[in-house]
Parts: sequence; structure tokens; C-alpha cells
Amino acid sequence: MTPSRVSVDRERCIGAGMCAVTAPEVFDQDPGDGLVILLDTDPTASRERAARTAAGVCPSGAITFREPGTAGS
Amino acid sequence: MSPSPHTVGTLPAHRPAACPFDPPAELREARRHGPISRYTHPGGKPGWMITGYDLARSVLADPRFSSRKDLLNVVDFSLPPAPPGEFLLMDEPQHSRYRKPLVGRFTVRRMRMLTERVEQVTAEHLDAMAETGGPVDLVTAFAKPIPTIVICEILGVPYEDRPSFQEQIDAFMGGEVSDEELIAAYTATQEYLARLVAAKRANPTDDVLSELTAGDLTDEELKGISLILLAAGFDTTANMLSLGTYALLRHPEQLAALREDPTLTDGAVEELLRYLSVAKTFHRTALEDVELAGRTIEAGTTVVLSFHTANRDPERFADPDALDIRRTYDGHLAFSHGIHQCLGQQLARLEMRVALRALIDRFPTLRLAVPAEEVALRPETADIFGVKSLPVTWDEDQAVPA
Ligand code: HEM
Ligand code: SF4
Repeated sequence: MTPSRVSVDRERCIGAGMCAVTAPEVFDQDPGDGLVILLDTDPTASRERAARTAAGVCPSGAITFREPGTAGS
Repeated sequence: MSPSPHTVGTLPAHRPAACPFDPPAELREARRHGPISRYTHPGGKPGWMITGYDLARSVLADPRFSSRKDLLNVVDFSLPPAPPGEFLLMDEPQHSRYRKPLVGRFTVRRMRMLTERVEQVTAEHLDAMAETGGPVDLVTAFAKPIPTIVICEILGVPYEDRPSFQEQIDAFMGGEVSDEELIAAYTATQEYLARLVAAKRANPTDDVLSELTAGDLTDEELKGISLILLAAGFDTTANMLSLGTYALLRHPEQLAALREDPTLTDGAVEELLRYLSVAKTFHRTALEDVELAGRTIEAGTTVVLSFHTANRDPERFADPDALDIRRTYDGHLAFSHGIHQCLGQQLARLEMRVALRALIDRFPTLRLAVPAEEVALRPETADIFGVKSLPVTWDEDQAVPA
């Protein structure tokens, strides 16, 4: 199994919603607790750009990308 | 060793007359010397001023810097801790206790569900404006009432209480009353919110405050939460609407482009947030000695973060002092960064997008009713920047009927 490239840390998330606005195909907010949910663990190139921007703007550093080559090591 | 740091004396008191939207000259000058300068707090305590974007962002994300009210080292007496529920001025884990149950109520999706209601409230106020035929003060006719009504509905303030409640919060947020009046209004608001919390606990209705009574928060805590939602949510948005309109009116080519092309609305809102940064400055206090850009911030020292100056950092934004609604960029600091990043930002965005769009669509000939230099700005000492009033008018025969 390939480990997923994007991961989220719901413990760190503060529910600011920047990810859901920036990359709605990859991230959403849980309707109950407002924290991030990952919709797409392995976004295609076109979605990846937005997802990386989302990781950059996330105020709590809750989104991480695993770079190819370092995956699973 | 680093050369000795640039010094900003006390709080800069004036904005450049040529462009009231720019940060004070002292802070712009400070940034030219580097991202951090020596600074003396108005109470006389030594501190630091951060004006660089990257440095501000990293301090905001750094748990070695505290938001606690009782640690603020700016005056020579000690400040009390933030009252229960007022989590803006708390650190973890207290902060999370209050923020966590609120987050689910301010999601992007929840806010979208409010769109229609915000449109309705906006339309009512534009109708009332149109009826007068102009000129009107945009602050009282439009910018203040819309966010007040929206936050009242979210909190569940009953309809009949709103006029008196709005008067109270106006008095304690407006900053232009005597100390006694301010204290009286603040006390009255506290008392009103205490009664409101008790009423919601007894008879829950369909609003955020009632939902929160189901959790383990005490009445005292719920009162604090309500106060922070009001204090953080109403004056900021109101000033973005009025000052935002003023900025657009003073940049006619930008306003014309926005009017022509509704798809520019979201970008224009982000750009106005960055360009105006009405929440100008926030404080953090070092919990231990921290090295920042070659300086040592000693434990217990309070730093001021100038969001406005950081949002004009040329290393981060090309041509930073230009208002350019077509700008594409990722992120700004208008809502801060880190664990305190604005809880209500999706609500604020929704209100600004809906209200500003509707205003310029409804009144294609909207313009200032006084010469631009006569528009009175809030003093630099006010926490939130803005205009005191904004007289506007339009050609009646050109107004687009509702
Ligand atoms: C354009 C309008 C607004 C601006 C510019 C703004 C700005 C900010 C900023 C800069 C902070 C962070 C302060 C810090 O880092 O210490 C903040 C926090 C906060 N804002 Fe807003 N805000 C706006 C609208 C709203 C609205 C509509 C609400 C209403 C619900 C709201 C509720 C809050 C709350 C509760 C916090 C505290 C969050 C925390 O400490 O975790 N704000 N806001
Ligand atoms: S942007 Fe970050 S903090 Fe905000 S909801 Fe997404 S993951 Fe959570």
C-alpha cells in the first residue's frame, strides 16, 4: 500500500477553514466539530497545487505533505 | 554581532495625510531597517515592534509567545487574567476549551448557509438608504447595522432587545464617549449578556448560544464567549465595510473594474483586508528567551506585531502599497495566524462579499458627499482602524431598483 501523500492532524487543527476554502476538493470541515477532514489523500497534480497552498496558509500547521522519495521511509 | 537595532519611540500617532490607508510613517521607516525594531510601550515598558511579514507569521505560530492578558508587560502594574470565556487572551489548554466547541458553528459550510439571510439584511438596509434619496452616513446606515444584526442572530439576541443592545455596544466599541459612559455601557452589556445566557439555558432557541448551553460551559464562561464574539466580530467587520467603501471610492479605477466584473468580488475582499488591515496590531509576550532575527527577546518582554505594516512587506507582496483587487497571492495577516487566527473569518468574508457587492450594484453612481480630505478617520489610538462617518450620495435616477 502506498502511504498517502497528504495528511492532516486533527489535534492541531483550529478549524479556521482556510483549507476548505483554498482546496475544497481535498479538504473539508467536519460538520459536527468543524475540524479538518481529508477528502483526497493522494491529490492529482491539478489538485495538488491548491492543496499545497492550503498547507501553506493553514494557521496551525495541521496539514503536511510527504515528498516523493521520502515516502514510507 | 548584529548592529544595534532600529528604535521606534512610542506609538506613532499619525497616518500620512496623502494616503490615510498607509501605516504610519514611523512603522514604514522601521521596516526598512529590518523586520524587528526596539519599541517602548505607551506605558513606558521596553518592548519590540515586528513589522516584517515572515517574522510576524513565525512569532504567531510559536508557542514560546503567549497571548495571556496577565503576562502583558506594557504598563507598570500587573493586569488581571482574561475573564472566563474570553479566549482571545488565553493560551492552551484554556484557549481550546472555548474555541473547540465554537469551531463547528463557524465552518465554511455553516457560513454559506447564512448567505441568504445576509443578503436579505443587506437588501433591507439598501432599501432604507435608497428611500432617503441621499446623502447618508454609510457607517450608520449600512456598515454598522449589518454585522450587528448578523451577530445578534447568531447569538440569539431577541428582536425586541436589539435596538437598546446595539446602542450599548456602540458606546463601548465606538471609543468616543467619556470613561464613565464607557464603563456604564460595558457593565450594561455584561449584565445583558448574563441575562441572555440564563434565558437560553432555561429556554433554548435555534442559535449558537443555546447550542453551547448543552455543553459543560458555565454561565460565566458563556457570557465571556458572547462578549468576545461581539467585541471581535462587530466593530472589525463594520469598519471593513465603511473603510473598504472609502478605499474603493478613492481608487475609482479599481471600483470601476469591480463593478464591471462580479468575479473580482472575492479577490477584492481579500485585497481590502490586506491593504487596510483594520485590526492593526496585536501583542505576544515571550515565555522564555527567544532569538528573533539576531535579537534576543528576553522572557517576559511583550512584542507588538504590526499586522498592517507586515501586510505591506515588499519582500512578501509586489508593489505592496498599491490597492490591486486583481492581485493573486496566498495568505495575508489580516486575520492573524496560528491558534488565534480569526474564528469568524468566514463569516466576515461572507458579509463583506455580499454587502460590498450589493452596495456597488445598487448605487452605480455612489460617491463621497464631502471632499475626500474631510472624511474623519478614527485616531491611531483606536484598536480598530476606520472612518468615524462616511457621507455618501448618488444620482437617484441611476439607482438600480431592488
Ligand atoms: C473583517 C473582520 C474581522 C477582522 C479583520 C478580524 C480580525 C481578527 C484577528 C486579527 C484576530 C486574531 C488576534 C490575535 O492573533 O491575537 C481575530 C480573532 C478572533 N475573531 Fe476576528 N476579525 C474579524 C471578524 C470577526 C467576526 C465576524 C467574528 C465573529 C464571530 C470574529 C471573531 C473572532 C474571535 C472569537 C477571535 C478570537 C480567536 C482566538 O483567540 O482563538 N472575528 N480576529
Ligand atoms: S486550515 Fe488548518 S486549521 Fe484551518 S481547518 Fe484546515 S487544517 Fe484546520
